Amino acid sequence: MELKLTVNGRKVAVDVPTDMLLVDLLRERLGLTGTHVGCDTSQCGACVVHVDGVSVKSCTMLAVAAQDAQVTSIEGISGAGGRNSLHPMQQAFHENHGLQCGFCTPGMIMSAIDFANRHTEPTEAQVRHWLEGNMCRCTGYQNIVAAILAGTAAMHATASVEAA
Amino acid sequence: MGNITGIGAAILRKEDQRFITGRGNYVADVKLPGMTYAVFLRSPHAHARLLGIDASAALAMPGVVAVLTGEDLKADGVGGIPCGWGITGKDGLAMKEPPHPAIAHGKVRHVGDAVALVVAESVDLARIAADAVVVEYEVLPAVVGMVDALKPGAPAVFEDIPDNLCCDWEIGDRAATDAAFASAAHVAKINLVNNRLVGNPMEPRAAIALYERSTGHTTLWSTSQFPHVVKLLMGNFVLGIPQHKLRVIAPDVGGGFGVKQFHYAEEAVITWAARRLDVPVKWVSERSEGFLSDAQGRDHVSEAELALDETGKFLGLRVSTLANMGGYLSTFGPNIPTNLYGPLLAGVYTTPAIYCEVKVVFTNTVPVDAYRGAGRPEATFLLERLVDIAAAQLGMDRVAIRRRNMIPASAYPYQTPVMMEYDSGDPSGCLDRALALADWDGFPARRAEAATRGRYRGIGLSTYVEACGLAPSRIAGRLGARGGLYESATVRVHATGDVTVLIGTHCHGQGHETTFAQIVSDKLGIPADKIEIVFGDTDKVQFGMGTYGSRSLSVGGSALAKSVDKVILKGRKIAAHLLEAGEPDIVFEDGKFSVTGTDRSLKFEEICLAAYIPHNYPLEVLEPGLEEQSFYDPVNFTFPGGAHIAEVEIEADTGTVHLLSYVAVDDIGTVINPMIVAGQLHGGIAQGAGQALCETAVYDEGSGQLLSGSFMDYAMPRADILPNMKIVTHSTRCTHNDLGVKGCGEVGTIGSPATVMNAVVDALSPLGVTHVDMPASPNKLWRIIKAARLAQAAE
Repeated sequence: MELKLTVNGRKVAVDVPTDMLLVDLLRERLGLTGTHVGCDTSQCGACVVHVDGVSVKSCTMLAVAAQDAQVTSIEGISGAGGRNSLHPMQQAFHENHGLQCGFCTPGMIMSAIDFANRHTEPTEAQVRHWLEGNMCRCTGYQNIVAAILAGTAAMHATASVEAA
Repeated sequence: MGNITGIGAAILRKEDQRFITGRGNYVADVKLPGMTYAVFLRSPHAHARLLGIDASAALAMPGVVAVLTGEDLKADGVGGIPCGWGITGKDGLAMKEPPHPAIAHGKVRHVGDAVALVVAESVDLARIAADAVVVEYEVLPAVVGMVDALKPGAPAVFEDIPDNLCCDWEIGDRAATDAAFASAAHVAKINLVNNRLVGNPMEPRAAIALYERSTGHTTLWSTSQFPHVVKLLMGNFVLGIPQHKLRVIAPDVGGGFGVKQFHYAEEAVITWAARRLDVPVKWVSERSEGFLSDAQGRDHVSEAELALDETGKFLGLRVSTLANMGGYLSTFGPNIPTNLYGPLLAGVYTTPAIYCEVKVVFTNTVPVDAYRGAGRPEATFLLERLVDIAAAQLGMDRVAIRRRNMIPASAYPYQTPVMMEYDSGDPSGCLDRALALADWDGFPARRAEAATRGRYRGIGLSTYVEACGLAPSRIAGRLGARGGLYESATVRVHATGDVTVLIGTHCHGQGHETTFAQIVSDKLGIPADKIEIVFGDTDKVQFGMGTYGSRSLSVGGSALAKSVDKVILKGRKIAAHLLEAGEPDIVFEDGKFSVTGTDRSLKFEEICLAAYIPHNYPLEVLEPGLEEQSFYDPVNFTFPGGAHIAEVEIEADTGTVHLLSYVAVDDIGTVINPMIVAGQLHGGIAQGAGQALCETAVYDEGSGQLLSGSFMDYAMPRADILPNMKIVTHSTRCTHNDLGVKGCGEVGTIGSPATVMNAVVDALSPLGVTHVDMPASPNKLWRIIKAARLAQAAE
């Protein structure tokens, strides 16, 4: 089936089978291997991307369901400094040692950005609850939680500077 | 040295950039031209005879390349998967070591045992074709539990091992221990289960193989913690590929925890298939496939007794354990519940007599091998639960009984009755700090307050000792290791003074690219960003034993430090020549070679340039270039230790446990990067708390089916069951390596199951509860609370 969508700001037209998952479109067709597959039951969250600005487990969505959508993967986010700069949430994961093996990290960061978009002054408990759908086996979540709190604050600080 | 990127600095990780931007390079990300995709067809039965495999329908599908079976492997002369340890039991009897075919032939021995490999042009097609392969089985009765497996008449996993007993192993002085019990005033007893776990690193295992017929070279990409060992085992013992024609690459690997430190059948089968079919072959495990094919952890059933005098002094410890090996011997399988378990039973106590026997048992379950901690959490859990029970029986305070028996800091080096000589430690120092940080003394008020909210509140304590830094090759060899356990590192100094390190350990989350760079930075006085750490490729790195058993820093780091010292030594010779001074007068400090007592000096970079452009150079006595290699074999294990304290509340009406606080005080030797150390502790504690509170692998006893076979059923710890943990180091230096390091990868997992469960039992102690097996799930605790309340009401 002919599929047209925007991926990380670029218009893409591909012919895909109707049963292809969005994660396979990203990884196998478009070479965007930053989105990972860590389970086969939609539990782990390693595959989280944004579809029209909202976090989605790309292992649970058919590629054809993204017709005309704006899809953003970990490779498509950046900070105020342009394409090669870090997004405030990426920077927060780095500064808070919020990753070890890095496998869950892209999904964590994409999920965290959506969380930050919905919460201006979140509590630690809200972050921990939000992470129900993202598993990490390395960090015990402690520094991920710290990173998301810091990244959320940084995103809103940036946003208020832009608004001012 | 005041170096801002040196030893002790909490610098941010050098490796983060590629991971946070989605540019990591994991095996599943690798794509080769002409690549084919493989799927393993696995047994749905725990125990069955293989009567026949009909692949004709699958082979008729366009795009299906091949269906390969155990018979094909046999016909090609492919060897079985070797076991890396051969342990010896009582009376000097060698363990039973049955064959481990890479694909089953004749019989399958656990659900998930591979029976065929389907190779096709796409992974979807391979899956469809695998569904079309018809396998005829004669289903046999299966045995899952060890107690059942040892009963006369139990189904035999291997026909020539009718009692399912791999080895009957022992350590310690039985007569001395029995004598201690005969004279004891009190004996405390416990029967316990250490539940089976599935390691579940977030990245599933994967393998890709490429054969280049024109050169005879074979390359395997594998999610491995020890690519050089895979190269040696697979090349030499399984497939017969000469070492100089085989390259194994373990690129970015998404977590290991022991699960990826074995030579797995799948990587051998994929390599064999790529060579036989002359096409690149890729296999990526699915998660539910990993539940049935990744080696699992723990799974002990134990009885233990502690003999004490009337003052609470430990006189003797007697332990009898059954340890599950599953359906085959995995690479380190038999070593884990024996050599990494029995010698740890002394803990941090002065118990004079210890005897431990372990029956190592085959069952129709997935093979069991090392999982983070590997034997040492099992020893700690048993010992520290038993100490709490002894305290309760004697009416002694839990802290007081531990203090009464603790090895004093002044007694190190300390020889235990079970083989180990601890080089350094300060158990009571760790305990004191943990008690203060956890406000142990203020607990009764917190318990009383919780009771007003209908919650049982408990506090738990555990000490532990770990033997890691695997290992002195000579000792390991005596214990049955079939390989050396040294490590190697090459320091390649470029003409500009930039440094490339080639090291045989493997990083899969531990931050080696940062930690190892800090060691070099500290010694050479150059910033860490001028140092690159290379690992995970047998064509780049000379040799290495990989990463497991908290060995990377103490063994690999020590090899690295040795190589840097050799670089400095050679630098001094070059400097002596250039500065026209005697070598003994050259000092190296802050990145400069100086002549003592003068202002004459040369920067490290100037010496590097002279080594590669030797116009003015002592060529008669010194080779040009600046590259040094070392192999380091430790003289002893390292012995991290510590004290952990957890506090929990249990909802009386639901049995739900809330882990409210966790304090860890650990003696891990010299700390290179405290930020990375804290991260290792967080993750380790989360895995131990996971075992204590939610994780468990459950097999159906009749069918041998793994009931907790996906993330839907196997309860992985999530963010909302864990607290913010307090991590403090209270270190004594390791006395036998120059860096003074001990290791920190496993300590969290070793201390935490006992700590959390001691807190859970303490919370329920007002109900008369003295022991709870892991995991302390709400369902289990609710039943315990309900039964205890009914019993109390009836009184």
